Amino acid sequence: MSTAKDTAAAEPLLRVRDLTVAFPTAQGPVEVVKSLDFDVARGGALGIVGESGSGKSMTSLAVMGLLPKGAERTGRIEFAGTELTALRERAMRAVRGDRIAMIFQDPLSSLNPYYTVGTQIAEAYRSHRRGVTRRQARAVAIAAMERVRIRDAARRVDHYPHQFSGGMRQRVMIAMMLSMEPELIIADEPTTALDVTVQAQILDLLAEIRADTGAGLVLITHDLAVVSEVTDHIVVMRDGALVEQGSAERIFTDPQEPYTRMLLDAVPRIDDEIGLLRTTEEDR
Amino acid sequence: MSRFLFNRLLGMVVVLFLVCLFTFVVFFVLSPDPAVQICGKNCTPEAIDQIRENLGLDQPFWTQFWTFITGLFAGRTYGTGANAIECAAPCLGYSFQTSQPVADMIVQRLPVSATIAIGAAVLWLLAGVAGGLVSAVREGKFADRFIAGLTLTGMSVPNYVLALALQFLLVVTLGWLPFPQAVPFGDDPVQWFANFLMPWIVLAIGAAAVYTRLTRANVIESLQENYVRTARAKGLSPGLVWRRHALRPALTPIVTIFGMDFANLLGGALITETVFGLNGIGKLAADSITKNDQPVIMGVTLLAAFLVVVGAMVVDLLYTAIDPRVRVGSAK
Repeated sequence: MSTAKDTAAAEPLLRVRDLTVAFPTAQGPVEVVKSLDFDVARGGALGIVGESGSGKSMTSLAVMGLLPKGAERTGRIEFAGTELTALRERAMRAVRGDRIAMIFQDPLSSLNPYYTVGTQIAEAYRSHRRGVTRRQARAVAIAAMERVRIRDAARRVDHYPHQFSGGMRQRVMIAMMLSMEPELIIADEPTTALDVTVQAQILDLLAEIRADTGAGLVLITHDLAVVSEVTDHIVVMRDGALVEQGSAERIFTDPQEPYTRMLLDAVPRIDDEIGLLRTTEEDR
Repeated sequence: MSRFLFNRLLGMVVVLFLVCLFTFVVFFVLSPDPAVQICGKNCTPEAIDQIRENLGLDQPFWTQFWTFITGLFAGRTYGTGANAIECAAPCLGYSFQTSQPVADMIVQRLPVSATIAIGAAVLWLLAGVAGGLVSAVREGKFADRFIAGLTLTGMSVPNYVLALALQFLLVVTLGWLPFPQAVPFGDDPVQWFANFLMPWIVLAIGAAAVYTRLTRANVIESLQENYVRTARAKGLSPGLVWRRHALRPALTPIVTIFGMDFANLLGGALITETVFGLNGIGKLAADSITKNDQPVIMGVTLLAAFLVVVGAMVVDLLYTAIDPRVRVGSAK
C-alpha cells in the first residue's frame, strides 16, 4: 500500500474477510466458523455475541493463529495493513502478545500455578523486548499491576495466582496484556467466571484502558448486558455464521433478525413483566 | 509445617517398627536353627547350647525381639563374663559367616551402591525427561514413535540379559571397556568411570523407559492446560512454552516416584551388582541369602525399608518446595 497516511486512518485496525474455520471429520469437514466478515476500527470496540458453540471463541483463536491442532483456517485477516494468514509462525509470534493481546475466560486456569504473577507478567515483556533485564521487567510488571489497581503491587508481584481472588486474577491477566501496550485487545468472555459486582469493575477497567491507550477492543461474550456497556459495534453469531452486525445502538434499538431480538429478550430487564423464559428452540 | 513433620516422623517410626517385627518373625519362626549353622560340622550338643545362650536364642520371642530393638539404639552385649562381646549401636548382630558386625559390613558396601544409584539416577532422569518431552512435543510423529519403540524395548529386556549382553558386546567383542575391576576413584578416575558405566546403563535403561512414558503423558496433559494457551497468546517461543509451562508442572509426579526409585536402588541392586561383581549392598544381600546368613539378611532388609521410608518423606518435603500451592497453602 503506497497510499498516504491519511487513508490509513480510515482503514480499519482489523479487517476479517470470508473467515472460515473447519475441522476435518470422517463425515467431511465441519465448519465452526462460516465465511465471517467484520472490521474493528482503530480505537473501536467490537462485541461478538452468540450462544456457546456459536464460533465466537474459534473466531478469536483464528485471529491469534492459536487454533487447536487439525483446524483449517481460510479467508483473510488483515491487521494494521499486514495479512496475518500469510505470516510465518515466527513472525506471527512477534505479533502475538505484543501487538494483539488476548485475555481469557477463566483467570485461574489461564495462569500457571507454578510461577508468581510477576514472573508471568514479566516473561512476555522480556521475550518481546530484547535486552531487558530481570529488574526492568519486574518494574514493568509492578507498574502494570498498579495500573489495573491491584493494591500493594510491589508485594503482590511475588504472589502466586492461587493467592488472588477471581477478580484480582483477571486484573493480573489484564496487567499481563497491558504491559505490552498492544494495539488490539481480544477479551474472550473476560467476566463470565466472575461474580456480578466484579464483572462491572473489570468491564470499567477494560473501557478505561481502551480510552487511555487508544487500543482496539474485541469483546466476546454470550451476555448482551456486557457488550452494551463497552462496545460500539456488534456482531451477532449463530452456529458459526454471521446473523447480523451493526452499531451497538442500532442492534439494541432496532434488531433486524428474529434471532437477535430473541437474544435481546433473554436479557433480564427491570421494567419487564415476568413471563416464561423464551428459548431459541421456539424460533426454529 | 512442624506439625506435618511430626506426623510424618511418627508414621516413619511406626512403619519401621512393623518392618522390624515382620522381618524378625520371618527369621525367628521360619528359619533353621542358626546355632547349628554356626557350630559347623564338628559339633557337640553342648557347644550348640553354648552358642544359643550367647546369642540369646534360648530366650522367649518377645525378649529376643526387645533385645534386638534396644540393640539398634543402645547397643547390646553378647555372652557373659570373659566371653562377652560388646556390640555398639546400631547393633545389627554379627554375620554367621564372617563374624564381622553387620553394621560394619553394610557401611563398607554402602558407597558402592550409592555410586551405582547416583550414576544410574542421573542417566535415567536425563534420558527419561528429555525423551518424554521430545515425545510429547512430537506426539504422533516419527520421533515419538521411535522413542515409543525404544521404551518398549527398554522395559521388556530383563536386567540380567541386558547386563550380560552389554558386557559381551562392549568388553569382549568391541573391547571399548576394560574388564570390570574395583578401582577407587582417587587412584584412576577413568578406570573407575569405565567400571561403573555398564551398571549405570543397565540400571538406567529400564527406569528411563518408564520415566519417558510418564513424562510424555504428563507433558501432553499439561499442554492442554489453559495456561499453556495463555503462554502461546503472549507470544512466547515454543521452547519456552514447553520448558516452563508444560514441563515444569509435569515434573511434579516424576519427583514423587523418583524419590522412591532412588531410595530403592540405594538399598542395593541385587542382580546388576552380582552380574558385574560389584561389592555393594545388593551383592551382600545375594551372598547372605545363598548362605542363609540371617543377621546380614535382616540388616539389609531393614536398611532398604529405612531408605524407602526416608525417601518417601524427602519426597513429601520436596513437594512443598516444588508446588507453591502446597507450600503456602491457602494463606493470603
